[in-house]
Amino acid sequence: MRTTGNSQTSSVHGKAHTKAMAERIMGMIFFVCGLIAVISVIFISLYMLLSGGPAIFKIGPAEFLLGTDWDPENEVFGILPMILASVVATLAAVLIAVPIGVLTAVFLSHIAQKRLAGIVRPMVDLLSGIPSVVYGLLGAILIVPLIFRLQESLSMPTGGCLLSAIIVLVIMILPTIISVSETALRAVPASYYEASMGLGASKIQSIFRAVLPAARSGIVAGMVLGTGRAIGETMAVMMVAGNAVIMPELLKPVRLLTVSIPFEWAYSSGIHREALFGVGLVLFVFIMIINFTLNGILKKGGKAE
Amino acid sequence: MKTAKTEGSSGSLMKKRRRPGDMILYALIYFFSAAILCMVLYFVGYILWEGLPMLTPQFLTSAPNPIEHTEGILPALINTSYIILLSLLISVPIGVGGAVYLNEYAKNKRLIRVIEFTTETLAGIPSIIFGVFGYVFFCTALNLKVSLVSGALTLTLMVLPTIIRTMQEALKAVPKSYREGAAGLGAAKWYTIRTILLPASLPGLVTSVILAVGRIVGESAALILVAGGAAIYMPRGNLFEQLMSSGGTLSVELYRYSYSQGKNDVGFGIAAVLMLIVLLLNLVTRYISRRLEKKYQK
Repeated sequence: MRTTGNSQTSSVHGKAHTKAMAERIMGMIFFVCGLIAVISVIFISLYMLLSGGPAIFKIGPAEFLLGTDWDPENEVFGILPMILASVVATLAAVLIAVPIGVLTAVFLSHIAQKRLAGIVRPMVDLLSGIPSVVYGLLGAILIVPLIFRLQESLSMPTGGCLLSAIIVLVIMILPTIISVSETALRAVPASYYEASMGLGASKIQSIFRAVLPAARSGIVAGMVLGTGRAIGETMAVMMVAGNAVIMPELLKPVRLLTVSIPFEWAYSSGIHREALFGVGLVLFVFIMIINFTLNGILKKGGKAE
Repeated sequence: MKTAKTEGSSGSLMKKRRRPGDMILYALIYFFSAAILCMVLYFVGYILWEGLPMLTPQFLTSAPNPIEHTEGILPALINTSYIILLSLLISVPIGVGGAVYLNEYAKNKRLIRVIEFTTETLAGIPSIIFGVFGYVFFCTALNLKVSLVSGALTLTLMVLPTIIRTMQEALKAVPKSYREGAAGLGAAKWYTIRTILLPASLPGLVTSVILAVGRIVGESAALILVAGGAAIYMPRGNLFEQLMSSGGTLSVELYRYSYSQGKNDVGFGIAAVLMLIVLLLNLVTRYISRRLEKKYQK
């Protein structure tokens, strides 16, 4: 694209004037490109506030955030069940995925031979490339029926529920946690491991007592990234979670914050649509908190090195 | 790697004691790694097994026909292509430019940090938020309506961080001597970028495009709000009219078929198409990174 820009200056000995001009213009264009990310984030923050804020104040912040009933037809908008469902599902998914992910990362970085790791790693990459609707479809076909049988044995068959949402989220955030943890484990100087082995510690001891603690900040970063992923996931959980707005229980349907927006979008209008913007704003605040936490961790990790 | 050899010889110094804790951890590590491997293979196999039989020529090359009760994904394929091309057309120049600015021009450390932080922030924002923003900003404030153009602009923001980061890595990998050599010959900055740095970081550009395509193809939550769904009809009118009309991409149609209409067979057909695209993209990125590795080993 750019290479076709100004062909008359294609030699080093071009016209000095046009060349200097081109240099200055291109410098400015690059500067603007660099600023696009900053401008986007400012615009997104501003528009989320402008679109979600009024609704929250119209409904009343306390009623909106702490209300337990969501009944758009009667203009009752309480999102506490959704907030709790999102928080519980995310925390559970992260708590399950972190140990599994870290152990797999250890396998990839320290235990598997190069060849075996070369087979497993692309598989993990592949897992992160599968679109979320495909996870939703797989979850609905493979996981929900299994859980349905479990619910039947407890005589409360409902299908999609918090548990199925958690399982799908675990699978979806595993690649993030694995790859970030593996990078962190690999970044630990080999001398840590070697010194520990030299002192007579076993391989496992060396990995878990010497290498893992040194990679801690990277692993925590992976955890926070996974949290952000999980809390923002929409389509996959929508397809497996049942989506009833009730207080979260493991085997009952739940509606996560994210899901409300596309779920009711098409038939919402007026204050209902505005309430959905409000839900978006609450979600955005959650995400920004997670982002700032992540940034703090990365900064700290950078300093420690 | 090196230490693996020394382990065997430790028997001469002391007897190798089997620690139960070690054994449990070994078992867990192997179990979870094997489980993940099997899970991926099972997922991919299951999707292809269920979906590939759906992919008849008629399914791939026609629109849904309610009279003859046949389904087809051609409109969705066309919408997906439009959105991919349009998003790349906007996001690649901006992303590459941003990376060039960060790597070659920016001197102010604080500004660099602000740009890098906002890029990270942008990468961390979930797609549904982009959807809400895109609806309020592109569809409503800029009056682009619920359309493929709004979808492409929203996706541009979503893939921008990936492109910037990948290109930054690629530019960083270009040896400093290239820049110094060019400067020594009297080449100005933009000239150096155009003739040396960008060609040298071409594999990075290709990788970033592939990553972006992967994200665009898989996106659904945002597009439901900003680009609409139901790719029932073939796009009509001239190119501009087609781009300004609403339409569902493959992922959006997968959701609509399997979740809204309960037609899981069609859903799996689309899932198989998506899976094939993802597999292809993965293979290409692996090929590129392998060639790069070889190049640097020389």
